[in-house]
Amino acid sequence: MSETFTETDRTDGIEPDMADQSNAPASDAPDAPAVAPMNMIQALNSALDVKMAEDPNVLSFGEDAGYFGGVFRVTDHLQKKHGLTRSFDAPISECGIVAAAIGMGAYGLRPVVEIQFADYIYPAYDQIVSEAAKLRYRSAGQFTAPIVVRSPYGGGIFGGQTHSQSPESLFTHIAGLKVVIPSNPYDAKGLLTAAIEDDDPVIFFEPKRLYNGPFDGWHQKPVSPWKAQELAQVPTGKYVEPIGKARVMREGADVTILAYGSMVWVSLAGAEHAGVDAEVIDLRTLVPLDIETIEASVKKTGRCVIVHEAPKTSGYGGELSALVQERCFYHLEAPVTRVCGWDTPYPHAFEWEYFPGPERVATALKSVMAGGR
Amino acid sequence: MTRNTRPLSLRVPEPSGRPGDAPDFSHLKLDAAGAVDRPPVDARPVQMLDLAFRLVRVLDDEGQAVGPWNPRLDAETMRRGLKAMILTRAFDDRMHRAHRQGKTSFYMKCTGEEAIAVAQGMILSREDMGFPTYRQQGLLIARGYPLATMMNQIYSNAEDPIKGRQLPIMYSAKDYGFFTISGNLGTQMPQAVGWAMASAYKGDDKIAITWIGDGATAEGDFHNALTFAAVYRAPVILNIVNNQWAISSFMGIAGGLETTFASKAIGYGLPALRVDGNDFLAVWAATQWAEERARTNQGATVIELFTYRGAPHSTSDDPGRYRPGDEHEHWPLGDPISRLKQHLIALGEWSDEQQAEAEKDAVEQVRAAGKEAEAIGTLGQSRPSVKTMFEEVYATEDWRLIEQRREVGV
Repeated sequence: MSETFTETDRTDGIEPDMADQSNAPASDAPDAPAVAPMNMIQALNSALDVKMAEDPNVLSFGEDAGYFGGVFRVTDHLQKKHGLTRSFDAPISECGIVAAAIGMGAYGLRPVVEIQFADYIYPAYDQIVSEAAKLRYRSAGQFTAPIVVRSPYGGGIFGGQTHSQSPESLFTHIAGLKVVIPSNPYDAKGLLTAAIEDDDPVIFFEPKRLYNGPFDGWHQKPVSPWKAQELAQVPTGKYVEPIGKARVMREGADVTILAYGSMVWVSLAGAEHAGVDAEVIDLRTLVPLDIETIEASVKKTGRCVIVHEAPKTSGYGGELSALVQERCFYHLEAPVTRVCGWDTPYPHAFEWEYFPGPERVATALKSVMAGGR
Repeated sequence: MTRNTRPLSLRVPEPSGRPGDAPDFSHLKLDAAGAVDRPPVDARPVQMLDLAFRLVRVLDDEGQAVGPWNPRLDAETMRRGLKAMILTRAFDDRMHRAHRQGKTSFYMKCTGEEAIAVAQGMILSREDMGFPTYRQQGLLIARGYPLATMMNQIYSNAEDPIKGRQLPIMYSAKDYGFFTISGNLGTQMPQAVGWAMASAYKGDDKIAITWIGDGATAEGDFHNALTFAAVYRAPVILNIVNNQWAISSFMGIAGGLETTFASKAIGYGLPALRVDGNDFLAVWAATQWAEERARTNQGATVIELFTYRGAPHSTSDDPGRYRPGDEHEHWPLGDPISRLKQHLIALGEWSDEQQAEAEKDAVEQVRAAGKEAEAIGTLGQSRPSVKTMFEEVYATEDWRLIEQRREVGV
């Protein structure tokens, strides 16, 4: 599929220029290669395509997600290939979308629904928190909600406050939910496959700034395309990346950086900018959390910096910080430090002051290397 | 621009009576039994708009079944329905007392509304899925769910099938077509639509049925449910149990003053029926109409079941503080048990002696179940193992739950 693989080199703009990009699934073409370069959109599309081909109980729906294939094209071609009832448009009713998915899950299907932007998820919050998350527990296993709620999240696209938020901590706080956030095409496909096969409800946030390339926060520079990346070489067939396992993106000796989503790439750039030998851990799943990998790394490095886009107060970084000090206190040589979005709504005109970039990560790294002083 | 001739004023709806007032239902326009036409099952919603504003009734004041909606039930089916309603009321009475005796923390009766869940539970199969509110216990009872198991749930004891995790009466009984009850109102309605969509998606023959109170129709979930049901032609029966009161708020606060709850279906393009909820035969006939429509792939029906909440909202409620104390006795549509009894007697298929016998038998059944459940234990005397608190949060426990369980020492 490499001939249809087009990249955008845009550094901003809310709508990715995907007009000439085909997400036609490669998996069942007669001479389909075993591995193909994919961007995140194509990888996610491939996961859906492969699972829908394999399991008739998997279906996908959401606003503009049927015929049109979604505003970010993640469900492109699925309706054409798998049929109208397996990939269809939904009314603009996030509550209704999630509630219908819960009913379908209780019946025995495995629906994957798209919430067009994570910022729109709040009308569905009651259904996710009070219903999907609790069905198994409150019915002692009689009813379950094996659903996936997919949603593009995060900033860096000049989306303003209603197209840039990172609401993951509103879901990590809820018993019964799993929260998954991939940072690259390979993980995106493997983790979405795992999420669909998971017997519990999974909130699957897709860092939309990474859809087209591994954006590292140097917004003045051209973005490198996914195809140059090893993690964009994606098997066209089925594979699963386990939920609950972190990925060590860079081994290092001096400081552990905990990040997920677009902040993984920002952290790598920040470490390079600071010239610090950082171990960068991509958490990949926030719940369940790979605490073993975190603990082993921090005990090795003695320092920990946590990076996320979401506002600092009550963000997931607070939980990570608490876990690290509970488990690694006597190994720490500096305060656990957070680099986060500010405690403001996401501002349109101040994208790069808000979005944590490599400079801020580098500053934090230098600070912890100096013992926090 | 036109200037106001008078200052604007805010209207806050008020019911026709408050404590101390004489009950007044003179504002209700009630059709006589048999007065409302029965449209063909394949009628288009626009061809039957008036049914949203009328009242389907079958049993008249003399206990005769009249008119086009008469389901012509055989006497044995009606006797089964009557006995299930009697048993439901006997169960409610005992569990309400059990709460007063300190045996449980909470209970909710369905007094006056028994015909609804009992008739509908008898019509639909256990393979169909019901998405109930907390006032459809009659569905479980009509289907023969063990009374002692209901009590075990109410007592959160060691045999509670849902392991002490839910407030009393929030049953879950998948094998009986009874979805786990939520305390968050209205959430079950769009879920029922999703379940029905799944059945249609799979080419199955099962349908879904759900209930919501008049009060909760103000929730967005209700409107989302109707949108999805109409858009995807979901095979589901959408019941609105209009029992006039949402705790202390009369149905006008939910938007029932200027129109009927059934009429809300019209804007969604769904067929609407408005039915005397205290008339077992009318409930039966309307449900059968909706069932046939759903099973023949014609989609959803909205049924407003017009009734009256005879009991307090729950054991935590005192209706004497917000409505006339004897309002229930003046409800113009009577009592569902008395009315079906009267009908069977008029047919020569029942007697006052049989009624007394059935009531005695129901009390006995409940007493026997009570003994069984109380032998296991009432609230606090017996409970599932504490270890189960950490189970079934997920399909498999993660390290947090394992650590936390150890912290509790179990």
